Amino acid sequence: MQPVVAVSGGAYPWGAKNVDTDVIIPAHWLKTVTRTGLGRGAFETVRSQPGNIFDDPTYAGSPILIAGDNFGCGSSREHAAWALADMGIKAVIAPSFSDIFSGNAFKNGIVAVVLPQEAIDRLIAVAQDQPITIDLETMTVTTPYQDRFAFTLDPFRRQCLMEGLDEIGLTLARDTAISKYEGAVDESRPWITERRGYEGIAV
Amino acid sequence: MVWVNANIVMTPRPQTLYEKIWNAHVVERRDDGTCLIYIDRHLVHEVTSPQAFDGLRANGRRVRRPELTLAVPDHNLPTTRRVDAAGRILPIADAESAQQLDALRRNTADFGIDYIDATAAEQGIVHVIGPELGFTLPGTTLVCGDSHTSAHGALGALAFGIGTSEVEHVLATQTLLLTPSKTMEIRVEGALGFGVSAKDVILSIIGRIGAAGGTGHVIEYTGDTIRSLSIEGRLTVANMSIEGGARAGLIAPDDRTFAYLKGRPMAPAGEAWDRAVAYWRTLPSDPDAVYDRVVRLDASDIAPALTWGTSPEDVVAITGVVPDPESFTDPSKQAAARKSLDYMGLTPGTAMQDVAVQHVFIGSCTNSRIEDLRAAASVANGRHVADGVRALVVPGSGLVKRQAEAEGLDRIFLGAGFEWREPGCSMCLAMNPDKVPPGERCASTSNRNFVGRQGPGARTHLVSPAMAAAAAVTGRLADVRDLMTV
Ligand code: SF4
Repeated sequence: MQPVVAVSGGAYPWGAKNVDTDVIIPAHWLKTVTRTGLGRGAFETVRSQPGNIFDDPTYAGSPILIAGDNFGCGSSREHAAWALADMGIKAVIAPSFSDIFSGNAFKNGIVAVVLPQEAIDRLIAVAQDQPITIDLETMTVTTPYQDRFAFTLDPFRRQCLMEGLDEIGLTLARDTAISKYEGAVDESRPWITERRGYEGIAV
Repeated sequence: MVWVNANIVMTPRPQTLYEKIWNAHVVERRDDGTCLIYIDRHLVHEVTSPQAFDGLRANGRRVRRPELTLAVPDHNLPTTRRVDAAGRILPIADAESAQQLDALRRNTADFGIDYIDATAAEQGIVHVIGPELGFTLPGTTLVCGDSHTSAHGALGALAFGIGTSEVEHVLATQTLLLTPSKTMEIRVEGALGFGVSAKDVILSIIGRIGAAGGTGHVIEYTGDTIRSLSIEGRLTVANMSIEGGARAGLIAPDDRTFAYLKGRPMAPAGEAWDRAVAYWRTLPSDPDAVYDRVVRLDASDIAPALTWGTSPEDVVAITGVVPDPESFTDPSKQAAARKSLDYMGLTPGTAMQDVAVQHVFIGSCTNSRIEDLRAAASVANGRHVADGVRALVVPGSGLVKRQAEAEGLDRIFLGAGFEWREPGCSMCLAMNPDKVPPGERCASTSNRNFVGRQGPGARTHLVSPAMAAAAAVTGRLADVRDLMTV
């Protein structure tokens, strides 16, 4: 994963609430077996409306999306994060995110920034014609008008983002601890690891 | 990065079911609160796994414990016949679906994972087959690349949906890096009224807490109403935890849970069974355990319910009317309601029972188990699907289908003009050929009424199986109590 220290640039001043992952990427795009190319399907239903924000040349190619409460709710599809990444989005700012989406976003190097609704309202106003900066070093969102909003991020996620760490690689390095745990479970809860297999039970 | 010895932080204070399962699965705890959590069971389906297996290949990684994973196709699979009269496997018309299904077969073979084929009797929706085969067990951690994994919490498993990167992480390490959730108790007490089902209970809960009400929390459903539900009913409730924003929902295992699991093909047997049950009995929350939030509902306030809008929180009793957007105090909810009603083609003040439907879908991981089919069949029996209505019954698994056929439910449905299909996700999501056409209305036993969920422009009303059958035979959203004999 590429390290992310700051995201700076234009922002889609959207603000929509309860944006579910079916809106971010409709189900018929999920038949792919790769991670790339989903940007074309991103927000397909929104984009079918004339005058939508995503096809407005003012915001085209913006790295930031500003949304309302509960962004990314619904299905666990990581395709939502892939679609955002494929359309060039590197950060989403919202008052709250669904748990699964924020995890998926982070794993794909997309920063999910939580700010209160007042800050969102202000950023939506600013983003009409000005860039926004998200800085993971100082943990702030700033604007050219001297606005400064502090946010928090899970320390582990912040470290992974800033250092571009591969979580699987990190965990594989803990192999001894995992084997030790498995050994203890084999003793205390043997039915966990000795699962009876599937052999075409009912055939 | 500092790892802390997991044993140091064990505390003697009373614990919730969630805390007990969590603590039993901590492999290591980091000083920043992130824990490496062991995953006991992993379910895999065709849609969210291909990129995970590719990731393993790209990095030369193997699957750490292939025997703890079980794979089955469900989302993409057409629900029409899969083999012809001569037993030959019929091809899948959609090339992209066929490609994903092939990828699952190939990936599970390459990495040595148990795979249930589309033509096997045990094939079905991941969340139906897990409990049914005894793959899902109390006190385990169980994950799947699908948000409705919360369903398995009905058996007292800490079960939640994960994304594809996490699927890859579990395959490679049998663990996940997680931070603990907050806990929320939803206590439902009292006897359910005539014609009120588990689906009405969970719809009413979501109507109360809102679609984001459980965000950051794991819900534990408690109270005598929940205790009195069958395992099928509990699965329906836990299944929709995610629609209330909670990643997982739990119900403490009890004798009913053990009776359900005993003798299931993948459940422990013999001495292992006895040891397991003894352990499972220690899992329920301690009497004075503390939850971060508590919500109480009175079962007598719960009526047969359904949704009117495009969020599962848009819940109304069947005796109610389409709400006026102005009746909401929050201006953003007003705007959302106006948009929803526009999409749904509904006018405020219309009685829900006056709304005509063109489609009925009885199925999905929420309501496709044997009890659901029995409830729907009891309403369909001796009646006929109304003119202009297409009604689908899609059993959740091949074993459910077999059981239903043994009980003659298929003949009741077919005789009443319903279609009787092969198991799969079907019309729950628009990924296979079963779709609701634009602008048409469907009474559906699934769990999501999002814009476009059942097909572009499709209008979904979430209901219980009995209410869905009532809609099919009357051609409108109907109060099932009017069709039931006391
Ligand atoms: S039935 Fe619907 S909700 Fe359940 S797993 Fe399938 S698509 Fe998901």
